[in-house]
This record gives sequence, C-alpha cells and structure tokens, in this order.
Amino acid sequence: MLENAKIHTLKALQSQIQGLEFGSVLNRNIHEVVPLGTAAIDGILPWSGLPRAAVHQITGERGAALGFTVALLARFAINHKPVLWCFRHFSPYAPGLHSLGFDPNHIIAIRPSQKTQVLWVLEEALRTHSLSVVIGEITNISLINSRRLQLAAQAGNTPCLLFCNDDTSNKKTTSITHWRVLPSNINASNCAGNSDFLSESYWQVELVRCRGTSGGHRWIVRWCYETHCFSVVTPFSNRPKTSSVQKLRKTG
Amino acid sequence: MVKETGGIVRLVAVCKLAQKCGIQPAMTLSDALALAPTLKVANYHSAKIKLALAKLANWATCFTPWVAINGVDGLWLDITGCSDIFGSEKALLDRLYQKLTQFKITSRIAAADTPGAAWAISHFTKTTQIPPKDNKTWLNPLPISALRLDPQIVKDLELVGIRYIKDLLKIPRVSLSDAVDQTVLVRLDQALGIIPEPISPRQPAAIFVVRHTYAEPIITVDAVVHTLNQLLPELCAALKKKEQGIREVVLNLFQIDGKTKQITVGTNQKLQEPKLLSILFIERLKLSNFCLTQGTGIEAVTLTATITERLRSVQIVLDNIKPQINNSYGKNHGHSLADLIDRITNRFADCAVVRFTPRQSHIPERSVKISKPILSHSMKHWSIISPRPIHLFTPSILVEAVAMLPESPPILFRWENRTHHVARANGPERIAGEWWYNENWTRDYYQVEDSNGARFWIYREGLYRESVNPTWWLHGLFA
Repeated sequence: MLENAKIHTLKALQSQIQGLEFGSVLNRNIHEVVPLGTAAIDGILPWSGLPRAAVHQITGERGAALGFTVALLARFAINHKPVLWCFRHFSPYAPGLHSLGFDPNHIIAIRPSQKTQVLWVLEEALRTHSLSVVIGEITNISLINSRRLQLAAQAGNTPCLLFCNDDTSNKKTTSITHWRVLPSNINASNCAGNSDFLSESYWQVELVRCRGTSGGHRWIVRWCYETHCFSVVTPFSNRPKTSSVQKLRKTG
Repeated sequence: MVKETGGIVRLVAVCKLAQKCGIQPAMTLSDALALAPTLKVANYHSAKIKLALAKLANWATCFTPWVAINGVDGLWLDITGCSDIFGSEKALLDRLYQKLTQFKITSRIAAADTPGAAWAISHFTKTTQIPPKDNKTWLNPLPISALRLDPQIVKDLELVGIRYIKDLLKIPRVSLSDAVDQTVLVRLDQALGIIPEPISPRQPAAIFVVRHTYAEPIITVDAVVHTLNQLLPELCAALKKKEQGIREVVLNLFQIDGKTKQITVGTNQKLQEPKLLSILFIERLKLSNFCLTQGTGIEAVTLTATITERLRSVQIVLDNIKPQINNSYGKNHGHSLADLIDRITNRFADCAVVRFTPRQSHIPERSVKISKPILSHSMKHWSIISPRPIHLFTPSILVEAVAMLPESPPILFRWENRTHHVARANGPERIAGEWWYNENWTRDYYQVEDSNGARFWIYREGLYRESVNPTWWLHGLFA
C-alpha cells in the first residue's frame, strides 16, 4: 500500500516536472504525440514518440537529412491539411517527394528573399492552426529565435521541422529534439548487385539532443515509402544476400 | 528653362522675376543673358516635367478623383459635386491656390462650366471664377488663341481680321463653316458648352472610395491606423451593399508638402472583413516606417478599392453546426490560411508563395509546374514511374567523372572538392530533348550511391563519339 502510494507520488512528480519543462502537452491529448513506429527509438524518447507542438531540428548530410525531414513530415502530416515549406536553397523536388511517399499536392512552398523573413514566416505559419506541419530551412538559429518558434508551435499546436543546412554550426537551441542524419552504406555491402536500391532509404540517425533524456543515441534506420514506417536495422557482418527467413519460406 | 531646337538655345519657361526684366519665353538664351547676366538657367527635361506633373496630378486627387493632365503644363480637375466638401467653389479654388503657392508653384486657376472656357479664362484673364451659363460674355473679349487652336490657324484668322472671339461670333455660322477650319468651330462650341468635351481621368475613377481629412496634419502612424480602422468598415459596408469583395485596396496618404504616399494591399480571396484588411495594412505601415516630421504631416487619407469582384453574402454558420468537410482547402481552414498567405505576400513583395502541380514532361526541370492559386489547388495525380531525387539542382552542376566504358555509369566523380567513389549504380535512364522545341540533346541518367551511402542523380550529356567528349552533370540528391 505504502509502495503504491510512493510510486503514485513519484509519477505525479515526474509528470509535473515534465509539464514544467515542456508546456503541458503531455496532459492534454494522447494524439499529440506521434510515434516513429519503431520501438527501439520510441522507447528512448521520453514521450514514446515525438510531440506535435514542438520544434524538431534536423542537421546532417543534405540528401539524407532532407529525406529524413520528409519522412518525419509524412509521419506528422494530417490528411487534407496543407504543409508549409519555407526554403532558401534546398527546394524540395515534387516528384522526389512523391517517390518518398508524400503527396506534393499538400505542399505550399515559400521562398523568401531574405534569411530573416524565414523566421517571420515560420512563426506566423505555426500560429495559424490550419497547417499540419511547418518546415523551415535555416542556416543557424539563435537561442531566442528558437524559443520563439517553440512558443509559436505550442500556441498553434503545429509541429515545426527545422532543416539546418549548415551541419557545422553547433549553436545551442531550444528545439525539443535534434537529429543528425547521415547516409548509411549498410545496404551496399549486403546486396551489391541489387539494381533497385532506391526503393528504400537507409540513414544513420543520431539523436544529438533530446529534452528529458540524454542524447547521443545512434541507429541505422530504414524508411519504408509504402507504410510510412521507420525500422531499425542491425548491422550484420557478411550478411547473406537472401536472409534466413526467406530461405525458410522457400523451403516451406 | 532652356531647350535646344535646331541649333539655337531658346527659353521655354521663365519665372516671374525674369519676366520683370523683360525676358520672355521663346527668346534665345544669348538675348536673355544680355538682358539679365545673372539669369539662372536650367535644362528643360520633358521626362522630369512629365513626372512632376503626374505627381501634382496625384496630389490633386485629394480635391476630386477626376483629374486629368492637359498638355505639358496643365491639369483638369472636374470638381462637379466636390465643392460642397470645402464649403463653396470659391473656397476650393482658394485652398488650391494657397496650396500651390505653398509648393512654390506659380499657378493660374479658373473654374467654369466647360473645360474650354476654364482654360481660356485661366490663360487670358486674372479672374478665377465665372458665373455659370454666362460663357459668351466672358469669352467675347478674349483673343482667338484662347480657343486652344493651332498657332498656324490663329495666324490665318488674324490675317483676315478675326482677332477676338467676338469677331468670330459676329460672322454667320453658315459662312463661317465654309471659311475656317472645322476645329475652330468645335473648340468654340466646346467652350460655349454647345457640344460636350469629356475629360478622361488619369486614373479610372473608382466606385468605392472613402476619405478622411484631418483638421491638423498628423505625423504618427498610430493616428493613420486609427483613421484606417474607421474608414475600412465604411468601405466594407459600401461593398457589402453592392455584393462586392475586395481584391486590391489602395491607401493614399496626402502629405502637406504635396507628396502622396501610396500603400497597395492585394488579397488572395475576396474580402469584406475590415479586420482582416486592417491587419494587412498595419503590417505594411509598420514596415514602411515612414519618418513623418512637422513639415511632412498627413492632411488627408483616401481609401480606394481598386479591384473588386462579385462576392455573394455568406450565410453565417452557427457554431454548433460543423461545416461540411471539403476536400479542397476552401472551406474548413481555408480562411486563416488565406489570411496567412495574404500577409506573407503583402509583407514581402518579392517572396514567392507557390504550389506544385505536375506537368506532362519527362525532362526533370520541366515536370513540375509552379502554380499560383494557393487556395483553389486542384489535386492532380503525380504519375512517376522511375525514382526521382528529393532535391534537384537548377541548373545542374558540372562534375568531373570517370567512366570505365562509354555506355557505363561513372566509377568516381568529384563534387565540392570531394571524390565520391561509386559503390552502386542504376541506369541508364535516357531522357531526350523535346524535338518540338528543336532540342536535340540526350541525357543518360544514372542513380549512383557512393561508398558512404550518399545517393546522387548524375547524367551524361551527349554520347561518346569520335572527337566529342560528353560531359557529366550532377542533377539531384536522393534521400
């Protein structure tokens, strides 16, 4: 009985601290957390998924980071609500979005002529409530500006994905999660002859920083275009071309 | 002011002080300098004068919306129905004269029933106003050049002894029509008001205009905003009556120094709500951060709906009845989204807000159409068979690449000072130029993955032939 009470108090305290740390998103609605669809990553994240009303920062190698951004976008997107994409140098290529499994019809693309305009557009867009996701391309962002975006994201209950095209800048930001995405060559050694290697994307994803947990976790993830799901891949050495499961299936 | 015509520098316009010294227009410059050695001379720039006159015409719209430019030195103001605002016609003219004197513009103003009579009175008398329906008595003593005639015609008429308008009126009409040029009769009739002379305004007169005049010139943006919030509901009410929605509104700020500031706001959807328009204006006003000082205060404001479209009044939706879910973005959350887009496009004039629609072309850079209508976006199906990159470089980047065989993918390429060893490649996908545009190039696209796992879209332009070396280009990045 006493134990139970203790656990209860502890849990209450925990949620209180979480509430203080990060608005009161958790208490509101379970739908406000979007799981990534793989237990290995969701288990590490303190909300067992990514909170909607928050800023998520993505850095890394351009192609892979852009791909990961689109993947997160596909997870976050709500049907029939448009997505606002504010870019400066790295415009999304619509047929490529389609190839990654996201319908480009939902995208409203904005290209401001100045860097400072990006932040204004992002903040205003986050507060409108009528967008499913807001994506912004930035070079670096100051602590105050990222805090402003975070508050706007909370006010509009809209996720904000910041695609940072400058990997070298290590400025401190208030984004809830910070991911670094690099390409992964894991698939190359496994099936060298596979001509259709573009049907799946493999990325080396590092959770650099995450509010409420220690950063530095690394995974190699696979993004499936059809199911919009991540799966964590374990690297094997000398993995055979056909896996044992397939062999079993063949033999019945 | 001087102008060179046929090798002789002649005076075009002279100021009052110079006139006192005996200097007249059309004198040669050397003659004028002989009369007054201290004469200040300026070159006559017709473009600059036109611009200045246009500016003045803009300013004059604070008296009447119906302003037209006449020649190089005149303005027509149709003040029909406008004099009441100023009290009387006399008050309007006084104010106009006083203002022009303030701007250091020498002016001659006259009001009359017809444009022709007004022109004659202003150019040949010192009277400013002639009573209505009495044109004949006033025009009688004026020379015939007051009829705005060609100098040659005036000369011809003077030769036969017709010097004044009264001489012209004495001659019976029938014999006159045979003897003189037709334009003389037309001008005469126009001046007398027998046939009408329409003035076409410089700017199309808008139907939806509201205005506010300040007792004292204002110099703060807040005061402008305050007036705006009073004018907008007025304008919107007028629009609602006519079932019109605003697509473009112009705010004219008339400064006491004669300058006019214009702020134009365009909207993506037809609007009737004063609140939404006010937000758009306030953002623009704050951005433009004009520095108003005592000398440049604003004395009047007009708000004009320049572009309007038919907008039926909308049924007010009760809160508990949810609007039907609509596939397009029009109904549900279209409103706040439209506001956002309006604000972005009005704030940053050079900011592109677009949507992507597919275009039937295999050429990568042409397969996306940038479409502007943000809100009424038609959901077109993207039919893409082969994989396409997530980012396309436009234009594509020239890279150094090495291929083992003429028809094989590269084994390595250099881009941004880094050598990428190709681990895997897929292709080629041949895309040829569209012959109906007279293009005869061919590109062989390869999807390649380097040893780190980064994926690129590379193409070779041209085929290996003798003496021709094809070039390799990086066109995109895969995820």
